Amino acid sequence: MSEEQIRTDKEEKRTVVRTQQVKKTYEMGQIQVHALQGVDLEVYSGEYMSIMGPSGSGKSTLFNMVGGLDKPTQGKVYIDEVDVAQLDAYELAWLRCRKIGYIFQSFNLIPVMTALENVTLPMVFAGLSSDESRDKGVDLLKKVGLGDRHSHKPNELSGGQQQRVAVARALANDPAVILADEPTGNLDLRTGTEIIELLREMNTNSRVTVISATHDHKMLSVSDRVVWVKDGRVDRIANREDLDIEVTQVEGE
Amino acid sequence: MTEQALQVAGGRTISLPLSKAVEISLRSLKIRFGRSMITTSGVILAIAFLMSVQSSNQIVDGLKTAGRSEINLLLQQNGIETGTAETSEAKDRVKEERSKQAWLIALSLLVCVVGIANAMLMAVTERFREIGTMKCLGALDSFIVKLFLLESTFQGVAGTTIGILIGLSMTLGLALLDYGSYVFAYFPGTGILKAALLALVAGTLLSLVGAMLPAYRAAKMEPVEAMRSDT
Repeated sequence: MSEEQIRTDKEEKRTVVRTQQVKKTYEMGQIQVHALQGVDLEVYSGEYMSIMGPSGSGKSTLFNMVGGLDKPTQGKVYIDEVDVAQLDAYELAWLRCRKIGYIFQSFNLIPVMTALENVTLPMVFAGLSSDESRDKGVDLLKKVGLGDRHSHKPNELSGGQQQRVAVARALANDPAVILADEPTGNLDLRTGTEIIELLREMNTNSRVTVISATHDHKMLSVSDRVVWVKDGRVDRIANREDLDIEVTQVEGE
Repeated sequence: MTEQALQVAGGRTISLPLSKAVEISLRSLKIRFGRSMITTSGVILAIAFLMSVQSSNQIVDGLKTAGRSEINLLLQQNGIETGTAETSEAKDRVKEERSKQAWLIALSLLVCVVGIANAMLMAVTERFREIGTMKCLGALDSFIVKLFLLESTFQGVAGTTIGILIGLSMTLGLALLDYGSYVFAYFPGTGILKAALLALVAGTLLSLVGAMLPAYRAAKMEPVEAMRSDT
């Protein structure tokens, strides 16, 4: 608890990601699908936010918007106060490279590369020398508990280990935001919990903002805020304090 | 405004050094060695054909210009008109034969390009997720194009080299059977070298051309699209 107090005392709530009346419409043949119908959301620096919602709720669409992977049909998305829609391809790539770290449900490590090379790839893109990136990559792998596995290929690692590599890779260029899309979706209960704890640890130690799309209820207990998405709108937002009560209620039932 | 914000935020640009790109594409080839070999074999066959036609023409021409009667006899035994029967009719026949050869070569090379394009398109489809991931990590379109073109170029150069060797050695073997040691006495070294260089350029170019469309398609893919295919 004291941790959060220190955090709020130390820094003002700085907004990292802000969406303004974001709407997204897909054309499916003759039918228009309104995936998002005007979402206003602010994500603060250093927080751990979970976006929850059933499939088809627009959760993934919102998540992709926040991560600069998709552009809204209407409305604006600001990442670090930069309007994503205004960015050209180069700037967008730059943003993805340096400001955002992605973690995927299916790990998505590059199969031909070793764990270390996977972690250093974003640094190579960012223009770090090979010495710099190797040192930093080894450090990051140590941080996620895989210091001795850096020369293994993804197919020689377990799912949990692969996701750890992915966490290290997401942290490669000291991003402002880590976006985790169902990071525990392909993992068993115990390994999933470990990854959630790892993410929380990184969030606390490196002050990196974590945004996670999930329907894993284990995520609730570590999140600072939880956003529920329903029918393309934000249904409700709950803070951690309110959640603790709910979780105990659920468990008590 | 946005540019400024980006400048302030971090400074340096994004890039993929050539050495790193070479390393990645070589590895991608290695890990899919079987499949790369099948793609490459198309190049090998086409270039071997090109090379064997070219070099056998060179050898025959070399022997013809020697103008020795015992060689001419051998040539005639193999159905080749020699200097003694240099009528305009014979010249026309040689011309016609050469243009037929050119057609066959062009066709085989065309088939080869189509084969490469097909194989590369499959490689792109197979690697949707990998490409999407790289784009999420900050890869520019040009990085993806670079990787795929490099991969194809390596396949092209390797396939062409092997094809040249196969084509040349087959032609040499056959020529030795037909003409014996005369082949070496009048060996058209520079002609063969020229043919080999031409084949090398042709093979590499073909591989590049065949990979262009697939590489472009891969590069234009939105990262979201790539992510979607993981279900």
